[in-house]
Amino acid sequence: MFKKRISALILLILAGSIAYFSYNRTDETSRFPYKLGLDLSGGTHLVYEADTSELPEAEIAGAMASLSEVVERRVNIFGVSEPLVQIEEGGTVGNKEHRLIVELPGVTDIQEAVNLIGKTPTLEFRLVKSGVDTMSEEQKKNSTYDDIFAPAELTGRYLKHAQLEFNQTTFEPYVAIQFNDEGAKLFGKITKENVGKIVAIFLDGEPISTPVVQQEITSGNAQITGDFTVEEARTLVRDLNFGALPLPITLMSTQTIGASLGQGALDASLYAGLWAFIIVGLFLVLWYRIPGLISVIALVIYTAINLALFKLIPVTLTSAGIAGFILSIGMAVDANILIFERMKEELKRGMELPEAIKEGFHRAWLSIRDSNSSSIITAVILYYFASTPIVKGFALVFLLGVLSSMFSAITASRTLLLAVGARGEGKISKFLFNSGFLN
Amino acid sequence: MFIVRNRKFFYSFSALLVVASIVVLSLWGLSPGIDFKGGSIIEVEYVERPTVEAVNTALSGLPLGSYSVRETGDSGYIIRTDELSPEIHGVVMTALSDNGKVSLTEKRFNSIGPVLGKEAIEKSWMSISLVLLAIILFITFAFRKVSRPVSSWKYGLIAIVALGHDVLIPTGVFAVLGHYAGFEIDTLFVTALLVVLGFSIHDTIVVFDRVRENLRRNTEYHEKKQFDTIVGESINQTFVRSINTSLTTLIAIAVLYTFGPEATRHFSLTLLIGIIAGTYSSIFIGSPLLVTWQKWQDKRNK
Repeated sequence: MFKKRISALILLILAGSIAYFSYNRTDETSRFPYKLGLDLSGGTHLVYEADTSELPEAEIAGAMASLSEVVERRVNIFGVSEPLVQIEEGGTVGNKEHRLIVELPGVTDIQEAVNLIGKTPTLEFRLVKSGVDTMSEEQKKNSTYDDIFAPAELTGRYLKHAQLEFNQTTFEPYVAIQFNDEGAKLFGKITKENVGKIVAIFLDGEPISTPVVQQEITSGNAQITGDFTVEEARTLVRDLNFGALPLPITLMSTQTIGASLGQGALDASLYAGLWAFIIVGLFLVLWYRIPGLISVIALVIYTAINLALFKLIPVTLTSAGIAGFILSIGMAVDANILIFERMKEELKRGMELPEAIKEGFHRAWLSIRDSNSSSIITAVILYYFASTPIVKGFALVFLLGVLSSMFSAITASRTLLLAVGARGEGKISKFLFNSGFLN
Repeated sequence: MFIVRNRKFFYSFSALLVVASIVVLSLWGLSPGIDFKGGSIIEVEYVERPTVEAVNTALSGLPLGSYSVRETGDSGYIIRTDELSPEIHGVVMTALSDNGKVSLTEKRFNSIGPVLGKEAIEKSWMSISLVLLAIILFITFAFRKVSRPVSSWKYGLIAIVALGHDVLIPTGVFAVLGHYAGFEIDTLFVTALLVVLGFSIHDTIVVFDRVRENLRRNTEYHEKKQFDTIVGESINQTFVRSINTSLTTLIAIAVLYTFGPEATRHFSLTLLIGIIAGTYSSIFIGSPLLVTWQKWQDKRNK
């Protein structure tokens, strides 16, 4: 008896510390904060498809990694806490697709986000075609850029670095660019061959500057002077430095949740969880009395373990995930009920309480194992075939719930029940350990 | 014994619901949400809500494809359109706010491309089939030692029949709700159905498990009870447990339905209906079917 009580005490202390660990919930400085999904915290979730059709199979992984790196750098400009950029393989069997998932907590301006991520500034240098000089004004007006300018091979690909500088006398901002070795050679060749002529600088297909070459430039330095505001020049520098995306991407899906909706959903979820717990607990105590009370304690332990797991793993909590947890509270009781009903039967057969408790646990185990297995199978399949993060979040929480409920219902309630240690053969203790209202 | 004896009554009740579900499903079908067919949803909240006509006027002329506007809450609208690019979305928001003259907040914007939708459908079917397959295999395995008088694979098959019942009924209800209230099915709906599958099999297994145990006891103690008596007793012994577990689960889901967030409301409704159907079938359908099958076998062997 003494031993049993000691182990129950240890269990309670352990549970208490886990509960304390889980309680500390919104503290930002905590080493293990709860991670909230975008549907609760508000923010934007983007799914991009990367076009890998031009690449040989072996190079895809590398290209995807560098794509995610570039996008991550761009995303960091938002300054949101914990942006997420993640590579995912999707598609159906035999048709593999490579995707990039971008999550921006707190960002609700999709257009800005999409622009920033997907922008591929194309910088190119073009030369005036021969014959343009002889065109009439009328002809020039009706011609496109392509009619007038021919590409000069030199593009942003040969760029080493760009930076913002100011003209010493006019204080106007300009963008200073430095080519890499190959680019410097090309630029040298172009300037040498075109002294006195226009070398146009095109950004995203539009000419932004059309300087006349004064002399050959071999240093690999060039200036882009346009009618920039400081802000525009800074943006251009940033875009040029980040370079082009290594793979073309297209947006497949966007999801934006406003912060107020997220907060509302979080509050509602927590509120529902609390009430579900209270009502289920009341039912247990009223129907199963002492064992019911013990199963409520087991349920508290169960909740504490789960919350701690959410923090430690960490599990990203979504409204569907919390729904899964609330559902699992209802189901976690199942093992207890199986055991108690079994105990009651053994009591009816005339068994003494301690034996009835042991027998109840022993006999109920097989059906607990079998019945939980089916939930585990469902959860695992759901997790692997989840088509949305919502479903995935639900499946993970549900799986954790089923697993930990087996532990809490069996180990925890058994230890506690044995420790309460009904020696009583009296009517009162039998009543307390019995259930229902009919017997 | 009451249940086994009156099994035909319980069968007919279920059959009625199942047939009704099949009828409404074939009549109206289910309306897929944007998860499955692709498209966009915008939910906005106004300080002072303009009329539906005003919103329609604002949106007309924009390249939205087909769209619908529906009131939500006290001061909001949900607008469904074809898939929108971020640019068009910006244009829509400007139109809704009448060029910034009307103040509104955008509560959510979802846009899903048709490729992802198609993939979600395939994945849903895949997980449904896998769950069903896994469950049959599992039951056959768990009950491999029980072969008399009904062999173990029949437990599996009967469990699947019960599962069909549990899934058809909530699906039928959603077909009705889809027709009259515009309810759409999404990936969470499929998830709910799979949870119902897991839960209901869980419930059925508990009863089957008791049948298994009582059969063993019957052989060990040479009690020579009839199969239907054993099944009847097993149902009685597990009855309170079945009801109570379902009750605690239903309490939790009902609370979630009432107080929980809007995002999981249809999800909890599906669960609520499915679990009620599942509890019913594991008590009144699954185990009595064992008896029916055994009687039919006997008759054929004579």
